[in-house]
Amino acid sequence: MSDEIHKTHDIHLTVNGQPETGQVPAGMTLLAFLRERLYLTGTKAGCEAGECGACTVLLDGRAVTSCLVLAVEANGATVETIEGEAADGALSALQRAFVEEGAIQCGFCTPGMIMAARGLLARNPDPSREEIIDALSGNLCRCTGYEAIIAAVERAAKEEGGRDA
Amino acid sequence: MPERKDPLTYVGRSIQREDGIAKATGSATFVHDLFLPGMLHAAILTSPHARARITRIDTSAASALPGVRAVLTGEDLDYLLGLYMRDKPILARGEVRYQGEPVAAVAADSLDAARRACDAIEVTYEPLDPLLDTEQALAEGAPLVHEALHTYQYMKGVFSPVPKTNIAHHQKIRQGDVEAGLAAADVVIEERFDNPPVPHVPMETHAVVARALPGDRIEVHTSSQSPYTVRHLLAACFDLPHANIRVHVPYVGGGFGGKAGIHLEPLAICLSRAAGGRAVKVVASREEECNTLPSRQGLRSTITIGAKTDGTITALRAVYTWDAGAYADYGVNIGRAAAYAGAGPYAIDHCAIDSYVVYTNKVYGTAYRGFGHLEVLWGIERAVDLLARRLGIDPVDLRMKNLLREGDRTITGEAITAGHGRPDQCLEAVAQAIGWGERSESGDPLKARGKGIAVLHKAPAMPTYTSCGAMIKLDEDGSADVLISGVDYGQGTYTTLRQIAAEELKLPIDAVHVTWDCDTAFSPYDWQTVASRFAFMGGNAVIQAAADCLRQLKATAALALDTTPDRIACEAGEAYGTDAPDRRILYGRLALGYTFENGNSVGGPVIGHGRYIAQGLTHLDLETGQGHPALFWTYGAHAVEIEVDRETGEIEVLRVATALDAGKVLNPALAHGQVVGGVVQGLGSALYEGFVFDPSGRLLNPSFTDGKIPTMKDIPREIRPIFLETPQPDGPYGARGVAEHPMIAIPSAIGNALYDAVGVDVHALPLSSERIHRAMNERKGPS
Repeated sequence: MSDEIHKTHDIHLTVNGQPETGQVPAGMTLLAFLRERLYLTGTKAGCEAGECGACTVLLDGRAVTSCLVLAVEANGATVETIEGEAADGALSALQRAFVEEGAIQCGFCTPGMIMAARGLLARNPDPSREEIIDALSGNLCRCTGYEAIIAAVERAAKEEGGRDA
Repeated sequence: MPERKDPLTYVGRSIQREDGIAKATGSATFVHDLFLPGMLHAAILTSPHARARITRIDTSAASALPGVRAVLTGEDLDYLLGLYMRDKPILARGEVRYQGEPVAAVAADSLDAARRACDAIEVTYEPLDPLLDTEQALAEGAPLVHEALHTYQYMKGVFSPVPKTNIAHHQKIRQGDVEAGLAAADVVIEERFDNPPVPHVPMETHAVVARALPGDRIEVHTSSQSPYTVRHLLAACFDLPHANIRVHVPYVGGGFGGKAGIHLEPLAICLSRAAGGRAVKVVASREEECNTLPSRQGLRSTITIGAKTDGTITALRAVYTWDAGAYADYGVNIGRAAAYAGAGPYAIDHCAIDSYVVYTNKVYGTAYRGFGHLEVLWGIERAVDLLARRLGIDPVDLRMKNLLREGDRTITGEAITAGHGRPDQCLEAVAQAIGWGERSESGDPLKARGKGIAVLHKAPAMPTYTSCGAMIKLDEDGSADVLISGVDYGQGTYTTLRQIAAEELKLPIDAVHVTWDCDTAFSPYDWQTVASRFAFMGGNAVIQAAADCLRQLKATAALALDTTPDRIACEAGEAYGTDAPDRRILYGRLALGYTFENGNSVGGPVIGHGRYIAQGLTHLDLETGQGHPALFWTYGAHAVEIEVDRETGEIEVLRVATALDAGKVLNPALAHGQVVGGVVQGLGSALYEGFVFDPSGRLLNPSFTDGKIPTMKDIPREIRPIFLETPQPDGPYGARGVAEHPMIAIPSAIGNALYDAVGVDVHALPLSSERIHRAMNERKGPS
């Protein structure tokens, strides 16, 4: 069993538009691969049990907690992390809304929160308040009390072209 | 005294936080994100027992595993640590005092290798019966959690440990004659209240990267609220000169008090020493964050209040028994601070408070946002409602009658002045906001609505000599860098200090920056970032540093303009002579010194410094508690409206109004954010959070699966922050701290609303649906 976990596998995946390869132990999580192999440390480890959402990334366009995905499972996949959100150097409307709505305090939950919101807006460009809360309720924040985060996602949805409510 | 200017350009405006971009892009670097060359990863082996003797530890198998670079046990580390009381070993030595206590640690090439090595360490324990509550710990003949308490070092003249007992500190407050006061009362109530230990739950767990360098030097990167206190305590622990120790604090992912004092830093250093000086990273797992690192202390309160039929409170007696857990290095000061605040913001002539900080065999306690005040206010503000009911007086009216006002004295004898803020106006504001006295109905017959109210106060709890320095250096383009060692772990203080610096320096806000990453090698001293005192003390220090910069700028400008410094004025990043205002010199041409046309130069780099030290504080008399402990008091009030499910007992919080007398709101958007976040954190303490232990002392809920905190689904429909601005005479622009206060009477207000809704009184937190359901059943009686 423990030998199986340490057996390495070659993986090939696309991260923020760049091809990446790695030789990873079977037990390595996507979170660890992103942080420790690619040094994409914007993705945070808050609980490593899939409970806090700080490690949220998009896997083939869908928001996942990367601590619960094995790196080998991401073989062949497309991964988007917070580092890809401002790809051309300018903040995305979503990031700008987080900054301007006061949705950020300590900032540790922010990357996961933004990626969860990105996953929501990708499949539902015009979410209701309830849909935002449903999509983001797996992302914990201890600082803000969430209200400003909801406002930021609502604003970004409007600015990114979702129909006005 | 700060200069008062109106209108202000930046102070009082909702300037955005400068750190927002770094945090929104994931480029803000936390200790979690540090990877140094050759860095090792550490794992900790913790005790499975709440109390046991360690009879044997065998690390030979662990040491032989591949990739293992260092293995340490308590036998290797003869040190005691602590801020106020040095009672805490780095790793348990000879005995374990709580389940989750570090017993051994490994540094290895990978975290995986370190964890496997921990599994290979053989520890033989002789389990002993643990002390799991304070009653057991205070009983005659109880075993001692710390046999050697009488030998420990502690802050003398401030704390009173009782040797050969489990009492780490006994704080007494004596004002007037409490027996006479109770005898003069028409009505006396006595009630008991309980608070469980509660975890802080910063989203970033504690993390350290440390290197032991040649020549007995140490470099530490730590997720701390307290760079200088970490340095000082490391110096004391390892008996090193302060200059040998360099502490870096980068972005910190939440603290809430749990990252004040000293935590994993010494262990990381010892592992680095044992591994030949390689960098060692220690990151607490989420379970260790709950179960190895400290929590909020538990509390049992017994509160007796006497009053006249007209509502005048004649006397208050309280016994606060703190469940400190296994160590009280920080907890002793919570027992002290909560005692001098332990009568609530009321004028009470006859008062006796005994606050006991008691060792037990649980995870130990430390500062948690509001520092003992949420706990005592749970009792006081529930008791005042119970008193109101007995007297047949409206709870708002009863409070109004007894609140502290100008001319009153606190229970430690401090005179309340016009500059103290107005609890009565806070109460009035929230009562109005919630529609006090008006009943609203739920559309659902299964739901009952109720309203509750509570007042609050808190002062910074800190040593009398607490101080803070600030430096500002001007750059050649005329911009300013503020260096300071308080930590902005989310509260936004760097942004408010930036506003103050821009205002004082008369510079555009974009030309002012506060340097992130505190570094004890470069940034001036600050005690700790705790107790809502950073904006106050840091603000005052920055005002002085800016004045020092202007003095230097004006001196150079005077030489350049051939006039005297008193005839130089500064405006919008330029200096000019008041006699010839057309000739202006940009700060940038003065910042490093001014150069005349012929090449001659005068002045030199402008570096301003400022400082602030707490003014007028005294130790409290050990017998009577009389003295001056408060730098300032921030007063406030909460009002809530809740809906209770009559069948399940589940509470939904509909609306919250929170009023705080901020003195001056330095940044409305940030202050609003502090209130909303604090209220929701308070809801967690009120409704969900609290450690649960099994009969052997094992913590049962050290995870997000079993220990819930509020999620986005749990927030109230409306949170309404209200700020009063009664200027604090010695505060920067009249401001006082407001960071902790938004949460500290939320549970009390909800507990009061619960009675209003369904007519049951619950005396213990959290107000879980299970507890409320039981209370409703008991009230109904056997069916």
